[in-house]
Amino acid sequence: MDLDFSGVVQAVPGMWNGMVMTLQLTVLGVVGGIILGTLLALMRLSHSKLLSNIAGAYVNYFRSIPLLLVITWFYLAVPFVLRWITGEDTPIGAFTSCIVAFMMFEAAYFCEIVRAGVQSIPKGQMGAAKALGMSYGQMMRLIILPQAFRKMTPLLLQQSIILFQDTSLVYTVGLVDFLNATRASGDIIGRANEFLIIAGLVYFTISFAASRLVKRLQKRFAV
Amino acid sequence: MNYNWDWGVFFKSTGVGSETYLDWFITGLGWTIAIAIVAWIVALMLGSVLGVMRTVPNRLVSGIATCYVELFRNVPLLVQLFIWYFLVPDLLPQNLQDWYKQDLNPTTSAYLSVVVCLGLFTAARVCEQVRTGIQALPRGQESAARAMGFKLPQIYWNVLLPQAYRIVIPPLTSEFLNVFKNSSVASLIGLMELLAQTKQTAEFSANLFEAFTLATLIYFTLNMSLMLLMRMVEKKVAVPGLISVGGK
Repeated sequence: MDLDFSGVVQAVPGMWNGMVMTLQLTVLGVVGGIILGTLLALMRLSHSKLLSNIAGAYVNYFRSIPLLLVITWFYLAVPFVLRWITGEDTPIGAFTSCIVAFMMFEAAYFCEIVRAGVQSIPKGQMGAAKALGMSYGQMMRLIILPQAFRKMTPLLLQQSIILFQDTSLVYTVGLVDFLNATRASGDIIGRANEFLIIAGLVYFTISFAASRLVKRLQKRFAV
Repeated sequence: MNYNWDWGVFFKSTGVGSETYLDWFITGLGWTIAIAIVAWIVALMLGSVLGVMRTVPNRLVSGIATCYVELFRNVPLLVQLFIWYFLVPDLLPQNLQDWYKQDLNPTTSAYLSVVVCLGLFTAARVCEQVRTGIQALPRGQESAARAMGFKLPQIYWNVLLPQAYRIVIPPLTSEFLNVFKNSSVASLIGLMELLAQTKQTAEFSANLFEAFTLATLIYFTLNMSLMLLMRMVEKKVAVPGLISVGGK
């Protein structure tokens, strides 16, 4: 097999657009996932049996099915569900359904990270906050969560890197992310193999650099 | 366009041969299990070798294993799958290439690619767990074995690995479950495993909610039963005297 990478330069703008899509998916998925995941973690840790069981079931459910199944299902099902709710056809694209899928799926994983983070805070912190007359909300917002987040930042970032790689699964609904854009550029000029190698190299470089950075942060962030 | 619920859809004929939709799901589940088990065996063997390599006192050997782990952990699974399925066959010698592309039927070649891909992908994760297990053991274990005149292979085989495996059963279990979930990427290269059959059922019958509900249930049940099984194994082989293992 002869390799010819000369077509890559021309394809860079298209690949860049794909990378923007990948990064959008990652960032929105992570932000939404952390918000939803934190709420779930608070539910799981609450004294209410009902709330903690609901959150537990949610986490168990999403952790036992493949991400690819969630993406596919949401892509096909969300239009139906929206029609039942709003009563009219609301066209939403693959992008929105993928974002929702990532947020809901990642929330299950983020929930477990946040829960472990909160549980790693010494009990005395809670007692002290209560002794100062803080409400539950104030205690979580001002005392517990800030410390917990500091502890779990490396884990949250590590999970984000995993999501960055997993966004490539949007291939299944035809969204043009970095992998898809790169593959398409390669197919057009009949150089699919070369472009596949490029895609692998780019993913590797970004993930590798990011996880190295996270390792460094880990040392600096230690509480 | 209204949605017609019909939970009896699985017993209806697909219109392809005399198969019902349920038959499709069973075939799909069979493929999912066939991929996951074989890939797991590959991952466990290669991962153990790599895990040992990472802990031996030799810079070159542990360096090779580290490179392997970094490479396979930082490239998305789907990219790896495409590489094994599209690119690697092109690199084979001509006669192997002809065999792979022409003599094998498409299902077999897709199956081979997925198993190799998932096996090597998961091996990197197994390697890290095995390494953690070995490093979690007290140094005295190794020294004692050395003092008794064990050679390096004997130290690993008779002293370190039997204990390390038992410590890391919980994380290995979750990797084992991941193999089942990750096997769903096979649907993207045309192998008719569980997810692909689900999609096909949804398209043929237009009962997508029922199809995906059943698929979810199957994955969920598979996951839960494997987890219970592994928990039993974990209790059976727990190292006495350690808090972390077996719960009690």
